Amino acid sequence: MTFALEMRGITKRFPGVLANDHIDFALETGEIHCLLGENGAGKSTLMNILYGLYRPDEGHIFLDGREVHISSPTDAIRLGIGMVHQHFMLIPVMTVAENIMLGTEIVKNGFVLDQDTAAQRIREISHQYGLEVDPSAYIKDLPVGLQQRVEIVKALYRQASILILDEPTAVLIPQEADDLFTIMRELAKQGKSIIFITHKLGEVFAVADRITVLRNGRVVGTTRPSDATQSSLAAMMVGREVILTVDRRPAQPGDIVLEVRDLKVLDDRGSMAVNGASFEVRAGEVLGIAGVQGNGQTELVEALTGLRPTIAGRVSIDGVDVTNASPRRISEQGVAHIPEDRHEHGMVGSYPVADNLVLNTYYRQPFARGAILDHRAIEEHAWRLVHEFDIRTPSVYMPASNLSGGNQQKMIVAREFSRPIKLLIAAQPTRGLDVGSIEFIHKRLVQARDQGVAVLLVSAELDEIMSLADRIAVMYKGQIIATLDATQAERATLGLLMAGVTSHGA
Amino acid sequence: MNAETIHNNPTGRKRFVTRARGLGLFYLILAIIVLVWTLSSGSPQALSRLGLGIILQPPPVRLTIPTQPSLIAIGLLLGVIGLYALLRSPSERTTNVLLGSGALFVVLGAIIAAAADKSIDLVGLVKDSVRLATPIMLGMLAGVMCERCAVINIGIEGMMLTAAAVGYMVSLYTQNMWLGLLAAVLSGGVMATLHALLTIQFLVDHIISGTCINILAVGISGYIRAAFLLKNPFGAPGLFPYVFQGTPLWDIPIIGTILFQYQPMVYAALVLVPLVWFVLFRTPWGLRTRAVGEHPRAADTVGINVFKIRYVNVILAGCVAGLGGAWFSLETVGHFDDLMTNNRGFIALAAMIFGNWNPLGGAAGALLFGFADALNFKFQILEVNVPYQFIGMLPFILTMVAVAGVIGRTTPPAADGQPYRKQ
Ligand SMILES: Nc1ncnc2c1ncn2[C@@H]1O[C@H](COP(=O)(O)OP(=O)(O)OP(=O)(O)O)[C@@H](O)[C@H]1O
Ligand SMILES: [Mg+2]
Repeated sequence: MTFALEMRGITKRFPGVLANDHIDFALETGEIHCLLGENGAGKSTLMNILYGLYRPDEGHIFLDGREVHISSPTDAIRLGIGMVHQHFMLIPVMTVAENIMLGTEIVKNGFVLDQDTAAQRIREISHQYGLEVDPSAYIKDLPVGLQQRVEIVKALYRQASILILDEPTAVLIPQEADDLFTIMRELAKQGKSIIFITHKLGEVFAVADRITVLRNGRVVGTTRPSDATQSSLAAMMVGREVILTVDRRPAQPGDIVLEVRDLKVLDDRGSMAVNGASFEVRAGEVLGIAGVQGNGQTELVEALTGLRPTIAGRVSIDGVDVTNASPRRISEQGVAHIPEDRHEHGMVGSYPVADNLVLNTYYRQPFARGAILDHRAIEEHAWRLVHEFDIRTPSVYMPASNLSGGNQQKMIVAREFSRPIKLLIAAQPTRGLDVGSIEFIHKRLVQARDQGVAVLLVSAELDEIMSLADRIAVMYKGQIIATLDATQAERATLGLLMAGVTSHGA
Repeated sequence: MNAETIHNNPTGRKRFVTRARGLGLFYLILAIIVLVWTLSSGSPQALSRLGLGIILQPPPVRLTIPTQPSLIAIGLLLGVIGLYALLRSPSERTTNVLLGSGALFVVLGAIIAAAADKSIDLVGLVKDSVRLATPIMLGMLAGVMCERCAVINIGIEGMMLTAAAVGYMVSLYTQNMWLGLLAAVLSGGVMATLHALLTIQFLVDHIISGTCINILAVGISGYIRAAFLLKNPFGAPGLFPYVFQGTPLWDIPIIGTILFQYQPMVYAALVLVPLVWFVLFRTPWGLRTRAVGEHPRAADTVGINVFKIRYVNVILAGCVAGLGGAWFSLETVGHFDDLMTNNRGFIALAAMIFGNWNPLGGAAGALLFGFADALNFKFQILEVNVPYQFIGMLPFILTMVAVAGVIGRTTPPAADGQPYRKQ
């Protein structure tokens, strides 16, 4: 039989890295094919080759049995390949219609943009595949789930028959992810072939028809969901057994480390995002903040770390008032921060890994003597962390933006764990990480807790919260509406609370 | 894809100083200055006479108003606008209206103050403003065209200066003004090509490249003047003709003066402003240009040639700046002087920022600067006893406040000034 797409012997080398090593990959028409693999396994690279963003060093690509040469996205688009990138390729200040038609504009009277016809076509596509989007809305006003929908419509608008989705669910809340799966199934039913990259094994079983696993740039194998289990897939990816549940002793809470009283914070649009939140985190415990994304968690974390001013309330760490203190002062109080948006707050992409690993300690001993940086010390420190945290990079002098998404995250985690801390604020710490790395970071979080660090964990993954937190605070519309003991919290109760339903109706 | 994220609000902080509040404070301070100055130094009997065109005499059509009371009224109005903006946190749209009407009152107040005990011809003032705004407008358009595709161009001054020199030289030696104009346009384009090569191809910092262009232009134009213009073998080629002179349009009262008594570069600017706006916001080319300015990688992934878009825009922008250069040597002065562009290329960038990278807003900014220039000339002629330097400075103060991000919500294209490398 002929496949919709066949990639044979694809090899891609980056300086010091063999990102793809003779990869064979085949996609059947109308299937959802899941591509799994560790961080840095080469998934995005393979897809970027297919979309014409990278040129393979070796290998051939066949579409419907015919060999094709794809040397630019224009070629890929022409051949019916569409891609939704790991980082969205949308222009925030433009409308949905403008973003979708960009590059394949419709004109009237010879040269005038025809927004109406474009909007009409977008509505037709929306209708055909159940992808509701408002063509006249601005991207910047849309939640991520809808932005992603726009990306999919963008591909369909170009009549893509092969759709690449690179970690589409990393930024989605569970409800949005379910909507996406419905859409994917509908698309597959109508004959589109889909390549779906994810790190969440549960999702694989929810949508995949077939699964291909990559490791270290090579194909480990292709299988079907019926022939696999979560742990067998995890083992294929990582090359060893992975323990998917976190094992930990009961917490031994000590003194209060972080105390937040009646905190009020505005969001970017000036409306009240955190509206009188109060809670405390004790040494040696993990407080998990659960809640549907967009209920003020982002603003809360930014306020606690000094990235956003507060308008009322008090934050103190170990009894010291740090309300509206600078990020450096807060960090010097012994606070570590794993930010939600790693590109914006977590790293400097153009700096080498080594420098990124000392971003908040470079001015101190042993990295600096007076105003002079000690590069030997910085390099040694970097190699140590790279090994300890298994950051996949050929050199500590590689610019951080060249690391794969998951390895960028590990780099940030490594930096924050590499100095003595009292309080750890972790926002979505495992977003985009493979199961092996999640296991590792979860272990480190529990270890930190056992050493007496107070941990504030904000996560959109209810599973993560339930398996790590000692107490769970539910955030809804900027307020902490309930705090539960983790041993007594049930999924169903938490779900209701996250939707704003409190049992006593108060 | 490890695209570096492009963001123009790196901290994500919510400002306490909002646009409306900044604006309110600014107008409030202005109102206080106007009131204090009026009450302390003006004479209560002074009258301002505002004429409507000299050609209508006799009888002169004149508006005579008492200076002090009208200035007090304007001061109070400004105060009301200021307070409203400060306290009521109006919407974006209302804020724009407040900004516009406030600016109008400021202009009106300046005129009335200038005409105290004298008479000022309003129609002539408008005409001079438009004329003097022309090079600023053309430079502003050049700036918008470049920055909308993310190439910062502070070399507009240099492009205009080179064009003024080359244009004049060619028109002198060929004795043909229109060949001179063509040469001016082309030389602006050549300078812009250099800027494009440096910034787009060789990834030189845009500010450094622009500075080089400016320095180079001083050298080139100085050389041209010394080598070809000082010992000029021919008679001066004269100035561009008035387009509508001799037609009935020229003589229409008031309207004729305001609309039809200009030379060609004025009309070029007035046509190009809406044209550039239209291309930017209503055509595929403009959509692509703006996309490249906001998120070049996103444009690349839908098959747009980022480099081509940038080259074409920057080079065309240089040609437009060339028209601005011709305004100096071929339309206004009639010969070439060293540094004759007199920083208008930088003021053009201020107008661009004032207009928030939109040609229409930028044109309004250019007119405001042109008006300030015209008023300054009038003050000097009338020997007005007001701190006219202060009034002349107003547009620049306004721009500085705008650039500082308080008054205008100035948001440059997100990728402005950033190099683009293909992966
Ligand atoms: N532009 C580049 N220059 C140098 N090395 C690169 C570049 N892009 C990717 N790499 C390297 O190639 C390898 C594969 O990266 P890739 O992004 O394909 O991984 P991935 O499987 O998508 O991982 P993740 O799940 O973390 O997104 C990594 O080691 C990465 O550091
Ligand atoms: Mg990836």
